[in-house]
Amino acid sequence: MKVFELVEELGLKVFSGHKGLDREISGGYVSDLLSDVMGNAQEAQVWITLQVHQNVMAIASLKDLAAVILVSNLEPQENTKRNSDDESIPILGTSLPAFEIAGKIYQLFNR
Amino acid sequence: MKLTFAIQGGDFIHAGHPSSEVKKVLKQLNIDNKIIKNVVIALYEAEVNVVAHAYSGTVNVEIDENKITILVTDEGPGIPDIDLAMKPGYSTASKSVQEMGFGAGMGLPNIKKNTDEMWLETEVGKGTKVKMLNYFS
Repeated sequence: MKVFELVEELGLKVFSGHKGLDREISGGYVSDLLSDVMGNAQEAQVWITLQVHQNVMAIASLKDLAAVILVSNLEPQENTKRNSDDESIPILGTSLPAFEIAGKIYQLFNR
Repeated sequence: MKLTFAIQGGDFIHAGHPSSEVKKVLKQLNIDNKIIKNVVIALYEAEVNVVAHAYSGTVNVEIDENKITILVTDEGPGIPDIDLAMKPGYSTASKSVQEMGFGAGMGLPNIKKNTDEMWLETEVGKGTKVKMLNYFS
């Protein structure tokens, strides 16, 4: 599944990084601890988090993640959006909390 | 090949820059992707340790045919108890640093896990040196 397909399926908001919308997604990872994501997330996963600062993009880029999904209507900081555009890694948004959006994505990947 | 980067304590904005540059160089050298990932994880953690705990630091990278050696040296408070610092989950990071999602006590354990060899030298009140080595095969 590609990032834009996930956006369409789940009605996600696209904040930035539009050039990366055709990235292929391998699965997802949910965590708000940056070291945890650094150590354990896998390439091409979508990262579900409530962290909005720009270190999120440093990690997304270093780990070659497919996209970042901010939960509960959170919005990325301006410099986070800029990094997302530079790295072509989209930042997406949802009104749902992490548990619910993770559940929906898990279902999409296992249907 | 040698690369050097400076790190400023407290400068979270540029945290990850040395890791990103090293990643690019290793990709150009066609190093195995799995090894690049390990190096990047370890270096990023070492960078964040300097940013979160020290006043300033330097990253010295040396790449030769069969290995990469990275020395991260900082001027900072040093580590009073290395065994405790190596323990997963133990952290002395400030509350504001923890709120950013850092300071989970996984930094040094992540470095150890992702390097072939790691050395740590520290002096309380002076600073800390972390040396990391990864072989390419």
